[in-house]
Amino acid sequence: MSEHKSDIRTGVYVCHCGTNIASVVDVREAARHAASLPGVEISREYKYLCSEPGQALIRQDILERGLNRIVVAACSPHLHEETFRTAAAAAQLNPFHVQMINIREHNSWVHEDKARASRKAEKLIRAAVRRVAHHKPLERVRVPINPAVLVVGGGIAGIHAALTVANAGRQVYLVEREPSIGGHMAMFDKTFPTLDCAACILTPKMSAVKAHPNIKLWTHSDVTDVQGYVGNYRVKVTRWPRMVREELCSGCLECVAACVFKEAKVPDEFNFGLSKRKPIYIPFPQAVPQVPLIDMENCIQFRTGKCKKACAQACGDRKAIDFQQGEEIKEVDVGTIIVATGSKTFDAERAAYYGYGTYPNVYTSLEIERLVNACGPTAGRVVLRNGETPKSVAIIHCVGSRDENTNRWCSRVCCMYSLKLAHLLKEHTGAEVFNFYIDMRTPGKGFEEFYQKLLNEGVHFVRGRVAEVTEWALDQSEEGKLVLRVEDTLLGLVRRIPVDMVVLSVGMEPHADASEVRRLFNITCSSEGFFLERHPKLAPVNTFTDGIFLAGSCQGPKDIPDTVAQAGAAAAEALALIGAGYMEQEPNAAYVVEDHCSGCGACSALCPYSAITLDAGARRSSIHPVLCKGCGTCVAACPSGAIRQNLFEDEQIFEEITGVLTHG
Amino acid sequence: MKADDSGLAARGYLYYPGCSLRATGVAYEESLLTLFRLLGLPLRELEDWNCCGATSYMSIDEGAAALLSARVLSLARQQGAEDLLAPCSACYLALRKTQDSVHRYPRVQQEVEESLARAGLTLLNSTRIRHPLEVLYTDVGLPAIHTKTVRRWRGGQVACYYGCQLVRPYEGVDKAQNPTRMEELLQQVGVPVVDYALKTKCCGGSLTGTLSEVGLRLNYILLKEAARKGAEAIVTVCPLCQFNLDAYQRDIRQQSGERFDIPILYFTQVLGWALGGGVRELGLHRAVSGRNLIKRWFQAHEPVEAYV
Amino acid sequence: MQALTLRKMKFQREALPQWVEQISDIPGCERVYSCIQCGTCSGTCPLSIYMDFTPRRVIALVREGFRTEALTCQTIWLCASCYACTAHCPQNVHITEVMYSLKREAIRHRMYPPRFPIPVLAQEFYKSVRRRGRNSEFWLVLRMALRSNPFLLLKMIGTGWRLLRTGRLSLKREKIERIQEIQKEFAAPREAIS
Repeated sequence: MSEHKSDIRTGVYVCHCGTNIASVVDVREAARHAASLPGVEISREYKYLCSEPGQALIRQDILERGLNRIVVAACSPHLHEETFRTAAAAAQLNPFHVQMINIREHNSWVHEDKARASRKAEKLIRAAVRRVAHHKPLERVRVPINPAVLVVGGGIAGIHAALTVANAGRQVYLVEREPSIGGHMAMFDKTFPTLDCAACILTPKMSAVKAHPNIKLWTHSDVTDVQGYVGNYRVKVTRWPRMVREELCSGCLECVAACVFKEAKVPDEFNFGLSKRKPIYIPFPQAVPQVPLIDMENCIQFRTGKCKKACAQACGDRKAIDFQQGEEIKEVDVGTIIVATGSKTFDAERAAYYGYGTYPNVYTSLEIERLVNACGPTAGRVVLRNGETPKSVAIIHCVGSRDENTNRWCSRVCCMYSLKLAHLLKEHTGAEVFNFYIDMRTPGKGFEEFYQKLLNEGVHFVRGRVAEVTEWALDQSEEGKLVLRVEDTLLGLVRRIPVDMVVLSVGMEPHADASEVRRLFNITCSSEGFFLERHPKLAPVNTFTDGIFLAGSCQGPKDIPDTVAQAGAAAAEALALIGAGYMEQEPNAAYVVEDHCSGCGACSALCPYSAITLDAGARRSSIHPVLCKGCGTCVAACPSGAIRQNLFEDEQIFEEITGVLTHG
Repeated sequence: MKADDSGLAARGYLYYPGCSLRATGVAYEESLLTLFRLLGLPLRELEDWNCCGATSYMSIDEGAAALLSARVLSLARQQGAEDLLAPCSACYLALRKTQDSVHRYPRVQQEVEESLARAGLTLLNSTRIRHPLEVLYTDVGLPAIHTKTVRRWRGGQVACYYGCQLVRPYEGVDKAQNPTRMEELLQQVGVPVVDYALKTKCCGGSLTGTLSEVGLRLNYILLKEAARKGAEAIVTVCPLCQFNLDAYQRDIRQQSGERFDIPILYFTQVLGWALGGGVRELGLHRAVSGRNLIKRWFQAHEPVEAYV
Repeated sequence: MQALTLRKMKFQREALPQWVEQISDIPGCERVYSCIQCGTCSGTCPLSIYMDFTPRRVIALVREGFRTEALTCQTIWLCASCYACTAHCPQNVHITEVMYSLKREAIRHRMYPPRFPIPVLAQEFYKSVRRRGRNSEFWLVLRMALRSNPFLLLKMIGTGWRLLRTGRLSLKREKIERIQEIQKEFAAPREAIS
């Protein structure tokens, strides 16, 4: 037992959380037990402590009973620590005299044995009561917010977020890896469920980005280094050479026409190889910026050094073409970062049973997007590899989704884009179109109506996951066709369906380098590799790193409406910080007790945030209270015990441990 | 040979024939032993082996099936082998499955160990179950097969047929979705192979005997698609597949009205012949179907008195 | 044709919800609860076109606890254990193992058609291996046919003759030397795997 401080007056509050806690933990008994503990002035249980009446109860007790310590036994501090600290502050109590313990996620939600769960709750309360007695009044640190914003990724999410912030009058740096902004949306012909043209709604926004005085656009570039903390990030952007100087180029494209390659011979990435391009090219006609680039692998000048450089001649006095251009590093200071790096589609070859890569007329849905697109490789004519128009098409849903062998999640967009493609394919070719689905998921606004429209267009809907696509023909009717074998689960019969064209509705998955990007920005991933939001409901665009926000499908599969909504939310969060001008930080920084420090430097070498500076002359370390994130590494490492940490002082932790281990 | 010639030969393989290779699949055993002798890798037969407890057995008593396999694994270890060669797909699967469930379920492990103990046996679950296809591909290697080839292939195109239990559900011999190792091995000795979409479809197993209408239809489909693709013979890795496709071609004709006379070979017969094996020592005289074609393809260097 | 008056409604009182728990406790059958009824198993199964219930529907019967239908259907006997369903299932349901467990339960409770050759074959196989340690194909087929449908033998005469002529029909009854080891192994009752 530690000595009982007579001036400590603690209030203990045990929350039922409806039945979330109370159905497992005996809250009444827990409160009764708390009342018996030394220093406890009042102990209560309440249905919902986080509600306004619950908070009022705490405020009232502080004022009327002169409480100077508060223990709340409820849910995770992630959710409501701030709520109860604010309540305490409103009653003139230092908010860091509040200690919260989690008897929901760490107790009632994970235990079944009620008696033992109740005992555990009592022990936790005992530990918190002992700990809180040793809390000191602390002040939050204010960090100023640099008003410039970095947006990473120039798909529809990054474009929308950048424009929103820029329209609010703030400086934006928009970094895109590809040579043009636009992302996946730039590949689409129409968008569901309204069937409005993707280009008509996207390209004006793309040019607005380019023209906006508050947006600095860097394409063909990568963020290569991020240092600092909320409000004060220093970012390095590497601009990869296009071999065409962006500031000198007028976008006339004379160079492309003049290239010694009279015919385009290189498979065009933007069209998935369905068309060809030259070694000097722009990715697609509406690309922003309208600046070509040279592909060094295929350009004769780079391969042999012996090209007559017709492109440079065509460019003439502008001299925009620069075979010597090297990479360029830009360094900028920003206060907040919006990560909108998007996702990629599932590699259909991994689903070997559907024959992608083996049978030429098996396509992915993105390839079909290009084929139906009026500015695509066939100018919108949907044809097979041999140039003929398909008379029958099968669209297979859930390829690389809802599958333990590939990706477990539902990709959310495939049902709807499959319906859209079914409509477009039927419209373009008159073909008989079959959709094969496991469950039809059309939960958005106007989505179910779109499904009805397709049903009425006479498209076939077969409920069943296709087992295989082969060219194994049983008889003449199947000869030369791709044959699907599938159980029509609604009929309860196995069917064989021969078609000319198969479309694989591939799902969405994290980029291959998502974990490197995650490390670069010091954010977290969920198990499938998408970036993790701070809270799925209440902080959906925040990350666990202050000042870094998420937008679009880097956080999880989503369609265009949801992506734009999320991008707007991320911009609003950044603007809220900028508007406030500063952010308050948790005062959990470590500090050096100077008299005990020998200046050995063990701490500064270990600090992951570079928050410790060693004054070699004075042989003293000191810790920057803003840079310190309170991880505790230095506290544990210091050989002379000279580093202590606010909110984690030794006596606080020892009291907590004693409380858990004491019987009674 | 890939690694160390003498080391591989000295280590050798313990060989578990299984019941089929002593009856309808005797040609598989003959050709396997011949092929491995020609490669300088003689096989040593597992002493006093018992049935693996395959498919039918699991339908009655899965635990008993596991105990049968466990005795085989235990004997293999007693007789000093790290690798046990199981050429029959059903044996291969039964042994792998026993190892897997012992490994996965502690309660299974306990029961298997207790039962073996009553018979004075112990289970060491580390024996590697191997199939000759995988041994030839990974231990011997494609270049060694190529170098040791002494005969040019005079036959026509073939379809490689893997059947089911060798590639599923356990990976190890080849890819489950689209296995290709048999094709790669045969191409080393100059055998042209066709693209065969049904290469891992089931032959129906014992259904040819128990529900012949269904069993025969499955085999009809396999034969017909091979023929449609231009294959003149089918090459197999499993005694049951070989038996079904080979022994029932007359019955299939009665059922379907379509005539087939297609040789159904073991991959060990084709490879063994290329490496210089004789017709009889490869069991080629034991074929029921396609005897005329076999006679033509494999006659070059051997008298063919077996064919009457 | 079925009578026009046949009632097909399923009443919940016929369901045995605890039965699915027993099935899911059998090694290999754990994921029966995860089935999303996509039909990949039935689509890939070479025998589903002969079945009264497709494999997907059998899993649904198990999941809903309709034991009688699951144990008396023809599906479980048509399954040739080729594992195509298991390898392709997007939810890793080991359908082949479920089929095995249903076969075993049906045999234990004699819930299969009389003289149906497939369970008879399995039982004869079981007996012969227990007694001799190995299986002799000729004798196995002979006993199976005699116990189920002797007419089968007539159909097999031609095949049998061709096998005999090529030296592939062994009349020898194989037996291992230390059969007592197997008998001792089987001496005690087992619980974990049955």
